[in-house]
Amino acid sequence: MYEPWPWYVSGPLIALTMAALLFAGKNFGMSSNLRTVCAALGAGKTCGFFSFDWRSQRWNLYVMAGAVLGGFIAMNLLYQNPVPDIDPDVVAKLNTIGFKSAGSTYQPSELFGNSAFTSLKTVMLLITGGFLVCFGARYAGGCTSGHAISGLSNLQLPSLIAVLGFFAGGLIMIHVVFPLLF
Amino acid sequence: MKNIVFLIIGTFFGIVMFKSEAASWFRIYEMFVFKSFHMYGIIASAIIVGAAIVRLIKYKELKHIGGNKIEIVPKEKGIARYGIGGTLFGLGWALAGACPGPMFTLLGAGFWPIILVIGGALAGTWTYGLVKNKLPH
Repeated sequence: MYEPWPWYVSGPLIALTMAALLFAGKNFGMSSNLRTVCAALGAGKTCGFFSFDWRSQRWNLYVMAGAVLGGFIAMNLLYQNPVPDIDPDVVAKLNTIGFKSAGSTYQPSELFGNSAFTSLKTVMLLITGGFLVCFGARYAGGCTSGHAISGLSNLQLPSLIAVLGFFAGGLIMIHVVFPLLF
Repeated sequence: MKNIVFLIIGTFFGIVMFKSEAASWFRIYEMFVFKSFHMYGIIASAIIVGAAIVRLIKYKELKHIGGNKIEIVPKEKGIARYGIGGTLFGLGWALAGACPGPMFTLLGAGFWPIILVIGGALAGTWTYGLVKNKLPH
């Protein structure tokens, strides 16, 4: 319970989340929530993409709120010392490019410690990262939950193209862009 | 009442995201340098179990709690939007180390700079809506 869950437990539990939503008459898709929040914030006045009744998507906002609550519970009640057991070579590599917290924290304190707010570079990197994730998710019509899990479970070719894109983008970021950034 | 069900499903999902370490930036980095099977195992086993569930739903024509048959809408055909959109997503995923689910889980866990990622995510979604009609799909 207090240890990290192995992949063969975690993966099926993610599939179970998708199944629970299907049996509740809905679909598993987290990035749609950002569109719903934009609509609730009045984005419908700026373009048609957000002109829909966001209240009809309220169920998914409850899923989103649950994801926040789940993070709180897992961090505070279900962990003693949350440090992922990262491969030693990866830890060594990250240490050399400036991530000294590798191997001792759940999230790199260089990016997710409160000092992040005082570094213009870090602020820009985090905003840019979030921007790309959700611009890309809407462009592709789904994220890891909608395409990688739901779409591939339903053997959808578009989802396979999207997931190949996810990996192409990730590899470019880590192997081409990171050496320029860190 | 029904909203409680969705809150519980979301809470379960959030716990799974955090405990599986799929919400850890380090795990995403490790995945993209191919130094661990962990993330691949999570994604692959989720798809295998998920595909079995979807097969069963279609074969048995199972119903949801509303009483109607479960319908899974197929994705629209296309290549450009999935390839380009997916690649942009991947660039951000590797940089921020979080996809849209874990973003919220990390907020709950108290990693406050994730607020910047979520702010960027809202801006990205909004920007897509504004430029959608100018992009190849």
